[in-house]
Amino acid sequence: MNAPGKTRIGALAFYVFALSALALFEPAPAKAFTAYISNEKGNSISIIDTDKLEVVKTVPVGHRPRGIALNKDGSELYICAGDDDLIQILDTKKLAVVGTLPSGPDPELLILSPDGKLLYLSNENDNMVTAIDVASRKAVAEIPVGVEPEGMGLSPDGKVLVNTSETTNMAHLIDTQTRKIFANVLVDARPRAAQYTPDGSELWVSSEVGGTVSVIDPANPKVKQKITFQIPGLSKEAIQPVGLRFTPDGKRAFVALGPANRVAVIDAATKKVEKYLLVGQRVWQLAFTPDAKYLYATNGVSNDVSVIDVASLKVVKSIAVGSFPWGVAISPQ
Amino acid sequence: MALDHHLRIILKHSLLAALLGVALVACPLRAGASPGIEIKAGFISAPHTQETVSILDVPAADDGIAGAKLAIEDNNTTGSFLGQSFTIEDVPLKPGDDPVAALNKLVAQGIFFVLADVPADSLLALADAAKDKGVLLFNTSAPDDSLREENCRADVFHVAPSYSMLADGLAQYLVWKQWTRWLLIKGSHPQDELYAGALRHAAKKFGAKIVEERVYEDTGGGRRSDSGSVQTQRLIPVATQNAPAYDVLIAADESEVFANYLPFRTWDPRPVAGSAGLEPTSWDGTHEQWGAIQLQNRFMKLAARRMNARDNNAWVAVRMIGEAATRTGSNNPKAIRDYLTGPDFAIAAFKGQKQTLRPWNQQLRQPILLGDGRMIVSVSPQEGFLHQTSELDTLGFDEPETKCKLK
Repeated sequence: MNAPGKTRIGALAFYVFALSALALFEPAPAKAFTAYISNEKGNSISIIDTDKLEVVKTVPVGHRPRGIALNKDGSELYICAGDDDLIQILDTKKLAVVGTLPSGPDPELLILSPDGKLLYLSNENDNMVTAIDVASRKAVAEIPVGVEPEGMGLSPDGKVLVNTSETTNMAHLIDTQTRKIFANVLVDARPRAAQYTPDGSELWVSSEVGGTVSVIDPANPKVKQKITFQIPGLSKEAIQPVGLRFTPDGKRAFVALGPANRVAVIDAATKKVEKYLLVGQRVWQLAFTPDAKYLYATNGVSNDVSVIDVASLKVVKSIAVGSFPWGVAISPQ
Repeated sequence: MALDHHLRIILKHSLLAALLGVALVACPLRAGASPGIEIKAGFISAPHTQETVSILDVPAADDGIAGAKLAIEDNNTTGSFLGQSFTIEDVPLKPGDDPVAALNKLVAQGIFFVLADVPADSLLALADAAKDKGVLLFNTSAPDDSLREENCRADVFHVAPSYSMLADGLAQYLVWKQWTRWLLIKGSHPQDELYAGALRHAAKKFGAKIVEERVYEDTGGGRRSDSGSVQTQRLIPVATQNAPAYDVLIAADESEVFANYLPFRTWDPRPVAGSAGLEPTSWDGTHEQWGAIQLQNRFMKLAARRMNARDNNAWVAVRMIGEAATRTGSNNPKAIRDYLTGPDFAIAAFKGQKQTLRPWNQQLRQPILLGDGRMIVSVSPQEGFLHQTSELDTLGFDEPETKCKLK
């Protein structure tokens, strides 16, 4: 509403922050984490101090930033700039774009290999998954997958890469050694996220249009169970599972339900929905703080991020970010 | 020792054989590649008029079929993981050609999935001819409500929305805007009256009022002229003057005679909707939400133009066939039919929610886009129009009022 005022407050906050940092001489003990939010229409990354629960800086980046991922030490953030057909590298200290990675057309989502050496990304326009060697900044493999590749998941041991294809409606299981698909599992319409349970015993895939989460047995790649959602007063068409995360202990799953404006909390053992948490509009992606105490959810339509207290299962804060927030990554730094 | 050695060799060999056996059995299963299934579709299309008010609307040579071809490509990408391959046979009709003869030719080639981009009377003729042949027809263009009501047929799936769905989608938005006083101007062709009828029904259903109705006579003649604007600038104010107080001018012009001349030329300064201005449609070249940009980009790559409603309906129809073939692992028309009419069928088609079939008349439930040709202005159903089954069923004739008895 009054942008100049806001900017002034923002600038003031920054000066106060800078002054206090100077006064302390050393940064405060590492309790605060940094959350990075990609703003799809804002063409920017909002940077949130998780202690202060506020945006401390907004960095302009390429066009239509969606999927983001941090490298192992949190020094670099990789950003899919879909409309620029490249991955940008944001130096998280300088907060400036310091380079690019070749990506193939329209990169949407990416994931870092457990050893931190490779980035796997989905090319939405090209029916490909591309593997990029981070050190040499070169594409080292292209793997043909189904129509409109989207979600990327890795088994805990890094041996299996999973890609979902939105129009083919499959989870493609790829051997990361041979870089070949060894199984295709049909799931419900428009699959989005693919996540292994922390012990690797199950693979969960959300289906946005189908309205379900498929539980897949990775040893015998078949759907063994489907999780459905019912919210009183909401039509079944409005329930659209997208982002999906497990708590590190594997006991609970959180599923973002898109235009249902809720995050479902699921008991991972019984597959029962324990609770629906009301968040912002069209909730997309989810990420835990490194201590797993908080879960951040990006709300695409209401331009904010909901912060969920994992222990109490309560939404404790809504933080205004840029235009159409999409991806979220949280660094221990 | 020797025996031991021998045994070990046998063991080794049998282990190898077992491994090979497992590999041979497992490979096709794992890759899902059952020995090739071919799914063949046909596309019968009647010529569409080249006489459009705006040159932007002149149909391309591959109008409609280009959408079907893109869906065949998409299905084949999926099919490559399942050992399924999809093809389509394009059968454009010339004026005077018999659509039934075209259908018989397709059936003789073993093609049982047929998209029909033809007027209502031709579609009925096709449906009656297809009846005992096990053919499934997909209506990708005819919006006539009669095809979904008194003349509904069990072998026809309606991918294109009906006039009543289009009119209701527009009416919900206009009522939400509180533009409830409508001046209706319709053309002099029978199709114009069908659309006008749906608009009247929509006005009544959602609480709008048609303050007056006018007819714009088609006096013949072409659309292209070097001095056209001089005349239309004088004609349209006259055609719209002396109207009772109204909020929006609604045009029903299915034959491209006058509607696109209305905006900015009316006697009173009023917005135009219906066949020009704010148009309800199943798809538009400007639609980009809900991942639609991906489909638009793929279509642009294939056809070097933007996707229109007929292209999109054809894409959806071929995707429905593909989805059913993927899920059933079959190309058998009966299996495909059973899947499409069963409880598990839903299709993702870039309009923000799953689309399913109305079981009572086999019409695809779908949101209606409202576009001005530059932009999608809104998408119906509008918020607040509730329904006990699906909010999409607030668009068009609903189950309790249907006259359809599928046979």
